Amino acid sequence: MAGQWLPPGELTLSGRPVLRPGEVECFLLSAVDIEPDIETHPSLTTYKAGILTLTTHRLIWISSATANDAVFVPLSLVTHIFTPKKSLKAMFASPRIRFELSLSDSGRVDPDKPRHGARSVVVTLVMRGKSDNHELFYTKLWEAWRAHAWENSDPGTSGSEAASSVAIRVPVVGVAGILRKEQEMWESTDKSLQDAFQDLNALMSKAKEMVMLAEKMRQKLLAGPNSHTSTGGDEEMGSKEEMQDWLLSVGIISPVTKESAGALYHQQLSRQLADFVKIPLERAGGMINLIDIYCLFNRARGTELISPDDLLQACTLWEKLDVPVMMRKFDSGVMVVQSKSHRDEEVFGRIKSLVLKPEALRNGISPSDAAMTLGIAPAMAKEHLLAAESRGLLCRDISPDGFRFFVNLFPEITLDDIYLVKDDGIYATWVAAVTS
Amino acid sequence: MHKRIYVELWLQPVRETREKQIQLWKELILEYCKTQKIFVVSLEEDFPLFSNPVIERSLSHEARDAFLSALVAEGRAEWLDKSHRKCLVLWHRIQDWADIIVRFVKDYGLEDSVMTVEELRTGVESQGTEVQGMDRTVLLRALKLLENKGKLALFKGSSTDDEGVKFSV
Repeated sequence: MAGQWLPPGELTLSGRPVLRPGEVECFLLSAVDIEPDIETHPSLTTYKAGILTLTTHRLIWISSATANDAVFVPLSLVTHIFTPKKSLKAMFASPRIRFELSLSDSGRVDPDKPRHGARSVVVTLVMRGKSDNHELFYTKLWEAWRAHAWENSDPGTSGSEAASSVAIRVPVVGVAGILRKEQEMWESTDKSLQDAFQDLNALMSKAKEMVMLAEKMRQKLLAGPNSHTSTGGDEEMGSKEEMQDWLLSVGIISPVTKESAGALYHQQLSRQLADFVKIPLERAGGMINLIDIYCLFNRARGTELISPDDLLQACTLWEKLDVPVMMRKFDSGVMVVQSKSHRDEEVFGRIKSLVLKPEALRNGISPSDAAMTLGIAPAMAKEHLLAAESRGLLCRDISPDGFRFFVNLFPEITLDDIYLVKDDGIYATWVAAVTS
Repeated sequence: MHKRIYVELWLQPVRETREKQIQLWKELILEYCKTQKIFVVSLEEDFPLFSNPVIERSLSHEARDAFLSALVAEGRAEWLDKSHRKCLVLWHRIQDWADIIVRFVKDYGLEDSVMTVEELRTGVESQGTEVQGMDRTVLLRALKLLENKGKLALFKGSSTDDEGVKFSV
């Protein structure tokens, strides 16, 4: 792409950003343009319509149009974030956030070079996605930028960063330095306290809203059974919408909203799941029960567990995304996660050779026999055997010993020589095995 | 009759496999009944073809019903009762039996003779022929068919349960 002035971002196979050590995701926005100031820098291109991920270290932009096309803005090179203008025009246009970005001499953003302060460009983030969290994003951006997380993880360059930083920091040497450090600590504590109190105020007002909401819901519940049927429909609708607005304003993301505006959540979850699932799949021979994935994934997450519904949605989304895994439902209703490279034919080949062994020709194989040979869980093995049976490879024999499967000899027997003991094919092998 | 109980052998669930299974068993049943001269198969009693003592398996009731029903559908068998307990196996179709009887009559020069149905199937002449030991029901059906074609005439005999036949082939 001509004029690519932002450094490319690394993505996983499932299209998720690869995070640096110590880097944590903070926020996600869909449908964002990164628009440099064309008047001052006409050669720089606009990155249109991508998913923006805010992390503690960077702003990562992933193109929605072309897969695997990602760039990032290092927060360390952001020199200034402008306060959003509140104007009449701003109310009707897509929300925008502007910040100043330091450029290297070549006119590009070079993540490895610290800030020179010489060249810079004003960049606008145009947020076109329908969402009410733009203000929240702005707050998070400020917090991430202020936190300077990249300095903590980079002890080697922190000295030079501190030196070239235009911010409040000054070299810490001598008694003056110690005193200054103390002073800074006081100031930051003070600020934190102020913020905390601000938050408390916010909390108080929210609490008030919560009480009102609870009251309203209680009223609605009381009024429910008695609603008039004539205008009941419209009234119901009105109050339902109101309730949703209230829930949103209080900050609770109602399930409906999560569904409509939160397609992004499921998409990202879906991709994250696809990445996670790769290693367990390899260990398990290419196929894992969905329930096991649920346990593994949530255990790995530790907190912010996902519900079974979320898992199901995430797996269903895989069809639409370009990921190397798939979900599959067997006739019996068992749902599994399977890696796309794990082909049925290969498993059938292995089952066939297993079932042609003399012992198997005499007594058949059970799901546990297959599980041991194929290196997969017995429940999975049974699914494979049933699938092989559907294909006409195997026949079943149900006895007090359980399910046993034999190679299907029927295809080799024809009506016109039904009594002929053939001396070729599986038939012959079978005869040899059972008569020995 | 002492009923040996073995582990059951099932109909294959997969359609294609099952169809082949049924096809083969239909053939087996017809051949077995033909060689053993068995006309009626009783589903609830032991039937040697349906049990294999070596592997200690016998066909499930469902399987037996399925195989015989397939024969019935093909016109090679008939249920003798609604609850599918007994099945008449026509390893020769009625028409084939009729032809056999006509040939028998001609071979033995019985064209204008009169005899009872019992004599026909158990008499000296029948020994060594297919007519010998024919199931009465089947025989009568075949004879009725031939009567309709004018090859013979059936009439009631001296005792109530013994019919007679006069050939005019």
